[in-house]
Formats: sequence, C-alpha cells, structure tokens
Amino acid sequence: MKNHSKIRRVLLSLGLVLLAGIIYVGCSKQAATSTGALSGDEASQVYVKPGEYDEFYAFISGGFSGQLSVYGIPSGRLLKVIPVFSQDPEKGWGYNEETEPMLNTSYGFIPWDDSHHPELSQTNGETDGRWCFINGNNTPRIARIDLTTFETAEIIEIPNSGGNHSSPFTTENTEYVVAGTRFGVPFPQKDVAINSYAENFKGALTFISVDKESGRMEVAFQVLLPAFNYDLAHSGKGNSHGWTFFTSYNTELKSTLLEVNASQNDKDFIAAVNWKKAEEYLKAGKFKELPANYAHNVYDETSHVATSTMKDKVKVLIPEECPGLVYFLPTPKSPHGVDVDPTGEYIVGNGKLSADMSVHSFTKVLKAIENEAFETTIEGVPVLKYEEILAGVVEKPGLGPLHTEFDGKGNAYTTFFISSEVVKWKVGTWEVVDRAPCYYSVGHLMIPGGDSKKPDGKYLVALNKITKDRYLPTGPELTQSAQLYDISGDKMKLLLDFPTIGEPHYAQGIAASKIVPNSKKIYPIEENAHPYAAKGEKMAKVERRGNEVHVWMTMIRSHFAPDNIEGIKLGDRVYFHVTNLEQDWDTPHGFSVMGAENAELLIMPGQTETLLWIPQREGVFPFYCTDFCSALHQEMQGYARVSAANADVPLKWSLGEDEPVQ
Amino acid sequence: MKQLPRLLMVAAALSLLALFVFPMWKIVLYAPQYPDGVEMHIWINKIGGNSPGTLQNVNILNHYVGMKYIEPDSIPELKYFQYVILVMVGLGLLAGFINRKGVFLAWSILLVVLCTLGMYDFYLWEYDYGHNLSDTAPIKIPGASFQPPLFGKKDILNFVAVSLPHIAGYFVGLSMLLGFGAWFLKNKNKKQHEKATVLAGRTAAYSMFA
Repeated sequence: MKNHSKIRRVLLSLGLVLLAGIIYVGCSKQAATSTGALSGDEASQVYVKPGEYDEFYAFISGGFSGQLSVYGIPSGRLLKVIPVFSQDPEKGWGYNEETEPMLNTSYGFIPWDDSHHPELSQTNGETDGRWCFINGNNTPRIARIDLTTFETAEIIEIPNSGGNHSSPFTTENTEYVVAGTRFGVPFPQKDVAINSYAENFKGALTFISVDKESGRMEVAFQVLLPAFNYDLAHSGKGNSHGWTFFTSYNTELKSTLLEVNASQNDKDFIAAVNWKKAEEYLKAGKFKELPANYAHNVYDETSHVATSTMKDKVKVLIPEECPGLVYFLPTPKSPHGVDVDPTGEYIVGNGKLSADMSVHSFTKVLKAIENEAFETTIEGVPVLKYEEILAGVVEKPGLGPLHTEFDGKGNAYTTFFISSEVVKWKVGTWEVVDRAPCYYSVGHLMIPGGDSKKPDGKYLVALNKITKDRYLPTGPELTQSAQLYDISGDKMKLLLDFPTIGEPHYAQGIAASKIVPNSKKIYPIEENAHPYAAKGEKMAKVERRGNEVHVWMTMIRSHFAPDNIEGIKLGDRVYFHVTNLEQDWDTPHGFSVMGAENAELLIMPGQTETLLWIPQREGVFPFYCTDFCSALHQEMQGYARVSAANADVPLKWSLGEDEPVQ
Repeated sequence: MKQLPRLLMVAAALSLLALFVFPMWKIVLYAPQYPDGVEMHIWINKIGGNSPGTLQNVNILNHYVGMKYIEPDSIPELKYFQYVILVMVGLGLLAGFINRKGVFLAWSILLVVLCTLGMYDFYLWEYDYGHNLSDTAPIKIPGASFQPPLFGKKDILNFVAVSLPHIAGYFVGLSMLLGFGAWFLKNKNKKQHEKATVLAGRTAAYSMFA
C-alpha cells in the first residue's frame, strides 16, 4: 500500500516534469518564431558597413572587472576598454608611476573595484558628451572619465560609506553626482558588536559637486540617515529638479540573513533629498564638520601625471536639525531602481519583490509635504502617506522589476529579472503594451538618454546576467551579454545579442555626434609639462641620483633615444621616463624591458610615461616597442647593461653610434 | 573710370601680401592608412601643414627610403623670398603712383619671370629630395625616385601625391591678371583718348568750314 502511493507519486511528478517540458518546448518554439530569426531585416538593421561609424556610443560598465567598456550601437562592436578602478597591464594603467596614484585610497593602493553604473554628464537634463562617471562599489569611489581622451581623469573616495551602489547618477546640469551607501556602517567607523546595527550604524547619502568647467569633483556634503541599505538613485528633472531620490531596502535594520530579514516590511522607502534646501542649510552654517579620511586623485592631462591628496573633513547635514531636507516615500517592496520619467513628474519605484509597480507623482509629493500628510517621522525624516503620493500602479507587469527607462514618446520599459523580460508600458495609463523575453535574467536596461530629459527612443539594450547556452561554451565561466532591441515601432524587436566584458551592469548611450568632434587625436608635444619629458632627441639623457637612475628617453618611428645604456648597477632603481615624440593620429608606441615586475608602457603621441625597473641580475637586457608602429617596428629595440654593484662601468648612453652622444 | 587701371595695379601689388597670410602651395599624400591625407603647406617663409605635426610626419615617412629630412632652417629661399615679395609689393605701388602703361607691363612681366624662377627652384628642391637618397636607407628600391610632382598627381610607392597651389598661390595668379589687366586697360584708355582728341580736332575743323 505504502509502495503503491510512492509509485503513484513518482509517476505523477514524472508526468508533471513531462508536461513542463512540453510547455517549455512549445514556448521556446514560439519565442524563436516571435524573435524572428528568419524574418530577414534584423541583420541589415545592425550592419554597419566596414569603415562606417555606429550611430551611438554605449558605455557599458565592466562590473567586477572594475573597467568601463565602449561599444558601438547598433553593431555591438567593442571599441575600447577603459581601465578605471582596476590595473590594466595592457596600458600600464595603475602600474606606471604616473597613474599609480589614481588607485590610492584611505586603505592604500587598491587595484580593483566593482564598477556598476556609468552616468553621462548632462546639461539642461540632456547628455552633453563631456564626461562619464562611474561608481566603485567595494571601496567606495566615483571616477570621472574624460570623453575627449576616453581616459580616467579623476577618482574620489567616498567617506563614511560602505558599498557605493546608489551612485553616481547626476543632476540635471551635473551640479552633483551622488553616492548613497548600500551597507549601513558605524558612523564614524568603530569597533562595535555587529548586532548593535540599529543603534550604532548609519547610512550616509553623499553629494559630490562637479565643477562646470573642469569637471573637478569635491565631496560637498553628506546627509546622515538611518542605516537602511540605499540601493539606487536618480535625480529629478524639470519640476523635480533640485531633488534626488534614493531607494532603500532593509528598513528592518538587520545585519544577518538579509534575504529573509530585509524582506519583511510591506513597504520600504524612497528617500527624497531636497539638495537645493541642503545648499541653503550649508550656506546658513547648519552643518557639522566631521573628521573623515578619503583620497582625491586627479590626473593632469598636460603633465600626464596623477596626484593623490588625502582629505580629512566632511560637512554633514542631520535631518533632525534640517527640516524639509529629506522625506521618505513608502514604496513596496524592497524597491531596487528608482527612475524619473523625462518630464520629471513620475518617480517609478521598481519594487523588486512586489507583484505590482508603484509610481509616485512629484506634484502629489509636494502637496503631501505642504499638507503635512505624514504617516510618522523616523529620525527627523517625515514619512509621507503612500496613498497621498501615488500616481498609479502598473498591475502585475511581471516578476522582479528592477529598472525602468523611457523612450521620450510616453512609454516606459521595465526589466524583470525573475521573469527575464522587458515590459513596455504607458506612462500615465499604466497599461502594459508589449513584452519581450531576455536571454537571460536581465538586470539594467539602457535607452540612449533613457534616464535623461531627451531620450533617443530608437534602441534599447538589455544587460543580461546569465547566458547559459547562448554562445559557444568556454568552460565553466561564460560570457555575459547585452541584447539590442529596436523600439522604434509599437512592438519591441530583438535585433542582436553580443558578449560583453565583466558584468555589463548598467550602461549609458549617446549619439556619436555629441562625442566624435571632440575626440582628441594626439597630445600636443609643446604642451607636455611632464617633469621628465624629453621633447626632442637632443633632450634624451641619463642621470644618476644616488641609487636612482633616471632615463629621459624618446621614441619615434622607429627607434628609442638612447637605445644603448650602460653604467646601471645592481641595487639601482631605474626610471625610464619615455616620451612619445609622434604627433600623428594613432601612433602610440609601447615600451617593455625584460624582467620588469610591473607591466609595459603604452604611450600616446606627445605623452610621457614612466616605468620603474629594478634589475635583478648582471647582464645586458633588451627593451623594445610592443605596439606595432611601423614597417621597422621590429627594429625598435635597445639594450640596458647591468653591472655589479661595485663595478666601475661609467654611466653612458647613445643612439646610432659606438661613442656616447653626450 | 579713368583711375581704374591704376587701381588694378595697386590691387595687383597688394594681392601679393596674401603670401604672408596663406600658404602658397600644398603637397598632399594620400594612402589608405592616412584617411585625412598628409597635407604639407609651403609658405613664402616656412613649411607647415594641416596639423602642427605634418612636417615631422612627412619626414618620418621619407626616412624609410632615405630621403633627407626637410628642415626649413636649411632652405635659404624661405628666408629671402619674402623680401623679394615685399620689394615687388613696393614696386607695384610705385607703378601705380607713376601710372604709365609701360611700367605696368614691366612689373607684370617681372612677376611672371620671378614666379617661373620660383617654380624652377621648387622643382630643383623636389628633385634633390627625391633623388639624393641616403646610402643607409632602410628600404632601397633600385631605380626608384621619390620626387613629388611639380603640379598635379603622381603615384609614389603606396602614396598618391598631389601638388597644387594653395590660397596664396591663387592670389599670385590674381596679381598677374590684375597687373596685365591694368596694362591692357591703360593701353585701351590711351588709344581711346588719342582717338577722341583726333575726333574733337576734326569737328573743330568742320565747324570752321561750315
């Protein structure tokens, strides 16, 4: 009897599996036809003829690679990988003497981070193509990439923060980029029991000002809030300009088993910060200046050298002392992304564990504030009444909403991680009008300008976490992917998917025409202000300073000057300061020396970079150009002779002759 | 209207001043890996290009086949040609002041002669750079020369070289036209004037007999 019921149960479950299989096959067949593998014109829509340019740049984060990748859209061609928070031996970034200070932090040299959200600078709420900001999660930082050079120009560390996730999201005129702490941390950091979370831990929202001309960042102020986990952010625009919205989870204030403990409250909060009000309070002196410790690293484009400065103070605003600075908007349930529509009126809370999606109205928020329609107040922050601020609900759109972007034509597009799809809905009527599957588990999505006032609603890029069977297998570690959809019509149409570097966490897109005219081709050699630049072969020389040997070296097709160096001794530290004298487009040279423990140099025309070489043995060691530069590239080589510490070999150097050139 | 030839003469003289504002000649090298072309500009007193690095880029290309470095400091013409031009501007203005057709013609012919000599000199330099190759050139091609064209288009190894006047070059041409134009009109004016005098004389004579 017992056995029978077991068999029956087994049969039943087998049947269910079979049924699921049939449904799956049916569905995937349907998917295959609906994605139109054979309908023909997708290929021509993404085909960019050899030699022609893509219409858009996509800046796709490298996620845990710490880098930022640049793709062309619609072709999906990879154009560049920009090292930001990670050392890159290919470019010598973080290895050469000039860029090493860029990775300095209050913890010392940190050569890796987890970079999530690229964010383009904006003017009047529109992407302007000047800079791309990106956050470092692990050791909280924000970087600014200069889009004339596509190089990291600045990195600032965020004090009193842990897990810089809700960052860097700009304001309408790039007045600020922001940094909300994902992890509550003791404020200030101290040795306390972890389970004293609720009493000792805090959550800081940091506003970093950006200089209008230079782009230079400064930590302007921090707002001290309860230790919720501030997840994502977006600033207002139009009417809501002057406000920044941060989602939060773990309003339960737990420090362990968060997957359960932080998922208990029906509603968590979107923190709405009135940063114009903050400016008034700062002006009125209503801040506390607290000790802090963070690094500010700036790369100078004319000296080609980065400097790292430690800062020791930060201005903090406390809501209890600054009424009207922050309000909490209750939002179901552990909202992940917070996205503001192009008009600035609607604030979409993507409640990732909620069955529906709540959209708040900024006008209603202002009204609720005016009428003091507060549910309660938490640490000086009024909690607005949910019903009073709600604009509408997108009902049962899918499972696990994460992020929303807009097409500028009244439509919103939301990603659903669990149901692995993008869903298109109408702003204002909240009706779902289309859905398209993602392969697989989409996180963020990107429409060029899709989080700005003026989206280019032509393409949508879905950024997927998992690829499984989508590409040729490459062992246990598989690529991740981006998927390109045409959204110019009523229905979304999948055009292409392409592999990406690291994790393509978030991305920004911009019309190429906003960037191409400003892209630099060379660095003018006469502007080179590097302290060790040799701006002509006549300036090439070698100098000994104690046990340091400094080599002023030049490179031009197709030789180094000098290319024979003698008189180096064991125990010396040899600094090769190498200047690329070329002034032609796309003529970098590389420099590598045998036994160097760091990396190569990759030097752009007109630039100077320095490689430290500590010889370990006596002998004669070759160096050579690594970047194929000309028909005589292979001949671009030289020798450094290393003698015993007590040898009396004189210091000499030469090029093209047996005698020293001195 | 009577002053027109003289004005043209002055304009002819002043047109030459364009040589101090614009390049007079350009040599452009085209190859697939140079999508913008390498465009070298020859001025009356210097050598430049469409980018600050042009001369260096040309020299880098030239050195593979052993051509001499183009060093503006070693080309004396770049120093004294400008004075020749200034003298010509002065003479032109003087001619305008004298206002005689023979002077206009003489100045214009002198300008043509000078330009012809200048082009010949340009040819000689081109010949020298194209043929006087280093013995230690990395790439040697037996029998090949790398002389750019004096005017027009020519294939040189992987490049197409195009040699054409630049803006100031056209101004020199304009200057010649204006000079000869001044002479021509002056000549015509004078003949008309003589004719008019004769006619006036005849009318006077007829009236006497009437």
